[in-house]
Amino acid sequence: MNSLVAIAYVPDTESKIKVGPDGSSIDESDVKWIVSPYDEYGLEEALKIRESKGAGTVTVVSVGPERVKTGLRECLARGADDAVWVDTGETKNLDALGVSKALAAVAKAATFDFFWFGQKGVGPDESLVGPMTAELLGLPHVANVVHLDVGEGKVTASREIEGAHEIVECSLPAILTAQKGLNEPRYASLKGIMGAKKKPIAEKKLADLDVPEADPAAAKARWRKLSLPAPRQAVKLIPADDPAAAAKELVRLLREEAKVI
Amino acid sequence: MATDRADYLDCDSLFTEEQRLVRDTVGTWVDEKVLPIIEDAAYEGRFPKELIPDMSAMQLFGSTISEYGLPGLDNVAYGLIMQELERGDSGLRSFVSVQSSLVMYPIYAFGSQAQKDNWIPRLGTASAIGCFGLTEPDFGSNPGGMRTTARKDGDSFLLNGAKAWITSGSIADVAVVWAKLDGTIRGFLVEKGTKGFSTFEHKGKMSLRASVTSQLAFEDCRIPAENILPGVEGLKGPLSCLTQARYGIAWGAIGSAMATYGAALDYAKSRKQWKDRPIAAHQLVQERLAWMVTEITKGQLLSWKLGSMKNAGTMKPHHVSMAKRNNVWVARECAKLARETLGANGVVNEYPVFRHLANIESVYTYEGTHDIHTLVIGEAVTGIPAYNPPEE
Repeated sequence: MNSLVAIAYVPDTESKIKVGPDGSSIDESDVKWIVSPYDEYGLEEALKIRESKGAGTVTVVSVGPERVKTGLRECLARGADDAVWVDTGETKNLDALGVSKALAAVAKAATFDFFWFGQKGVGPDESLVGPMTAELLGLPHVANVVHLDVGEGKVTASREIEGAHEIVECSLPAILTAQKGLNEPRYASLKGIMGAKKKPIAEKKLADLDVPEADPAAAKARWRKLSLPAPRQAVKLIPADDPAAAAKELVRLLREEAKVI
Repeated sequence: MATDRADYLDCDSLFTEEQRLVRDTVGTWVDEKVLPIIEDAAYEGRFPKELIPDMSAMQLFGSTISEYGLPGLDNVAYGLIMQELERGDSGLRSFVSVQSSLVMYPIYAFGSQAQKDNWIPRLGTASAIGCFGLTEPDFGSNPGGMRTTARKDGDSFLLNGAKAWITSGSIADVAVVWAKLDGTIRGFLVEKGTKGFSTFEHKGKMSLRASVTSQLAFEDCRIPAENILPGVEGLKGPLSCLTQARYGIAWGAIGSAMATYGAALDYAKSRKQWKDRPIAAHQLVQERLAWMVTEITKGQLLSWKLGSMKNAGTMKPHHVSMAKRNNVWVARECAKLARETLGANGVVNEYPVFRHLANIESVYTYEGTHDIHTLVIGEAVTGIPAYNPPEE
């Protein structure tokens, strides 16, 4: 069974984000980039399916500038067979629909049973690209998958919903978005890392795919302004020598200063 | 907490994409799996063998060997692994160093085909653990004085003597033991459970507490004649292994220094004393931090240069002495300065500083003491050995 896995290469979740001079993008100078953690669950599940079936391929796909190749290489080191890089060239901040159209174009040229996404790309946190790609391809889509049973031509997926799990059956090929809990992603082996360089990364240009959103003027969504959250206030410690007085003071502060009660 | 490798001069750019990926893979594993458990393991004096399956899956053992399905890493990538492991704990790095450089290396370099076929695959997955017996209770810096002997007796050898300070000694399935056969130092493979071979753990160790350190005793220990390492005679056998291990320690020590520097920097920035200003605002604290980051940077460059020479085949043992001597000293000084910066918090295991401080004392002494490496460099530049030169 063949899998495609979409990979977003995003700022490390520990990065201190700074707003760039244009006020509408992030300053990328000191950013460390990582494979989006939810995408790692998708990749791991694709690798596990290939291993359990003893056949098939896992292809990782990423849309972005040159640096995303490093992320693809990391996925190849973990066990993906090959990769597709859609070079966004001069286009910055491609919107979710643009990314989805690029990924759909790659998928149309491939034969696959699964197309995996993270349930969201860490950073923008939009959860749009998986479902949009499913619509563009006219394929069934299950979001927030935390468990998967693979049958003949179909899958049974357990997905997380508010306060419960929903069991969904769908035909293949399908688009699945991975949620934390689906599996525990493996570490690359050293031999995998050494072999990654020999695995192919096919290169496509965004400009050659049918993606009008590549032109910022045609994008459906644009980043207008970015601002950082207000710095956290210093913690106020209430001495607890007298619990009754401390409770009284806490209530007073919550009412008069924080104005939450 | 994101990994801070004190990369002041963009040393990152010296490494290839592959080398960085090796470092980041092992580094992420250290952050996720080692750091959460290592303080308790060290406090309890317990080797965390639950980490072995991950290390085996990542292929951290014998990683520079390319036969037997092993990864065949270059020496800089190998060094970066040692750096990351020791950023976790010197004991953990010691375990991997010994398995790779002191057990797999001599078997691979000096062993018979049968010995290699038997041991390298098992040691490579750590389904067998190895140890290296050179140092004796009475002979450390002068290993040529060793008293352990081997005597040929029919189709076997009889070993007699004792070894001390042996990393992984009591948990090892095979020991690479150096002993004098008719006055010449030779290597022998002794399997766990062989009659006349016993091990005892060193008790009361205040350093490398997450690593096993043992004495080995041989009392008419009879091993098959084919267990001798055929490929090397004399002190150059064990010394060539030590060159490999010391090379890794030069990198590892930088990892220890990164850990203590990182802890000191974080602490200094968050600890407030006067007027809500962090202690990092004080000149005396800044002086310590500036010293640490400068020395770590120099140490990184020294390791990288050494690794480049090892890759090119131009590295000599006296080059390794400079890096081991310098970088372990830097790590020791950084641990001390970090401890001072953390004040009382520097002595409790809520922070990693005291563990590194205690660990690095062993590293300062083992694998050629600081003093002996000083004399090796002295000999290299003057041509005069200041110590009694060992017999070859």
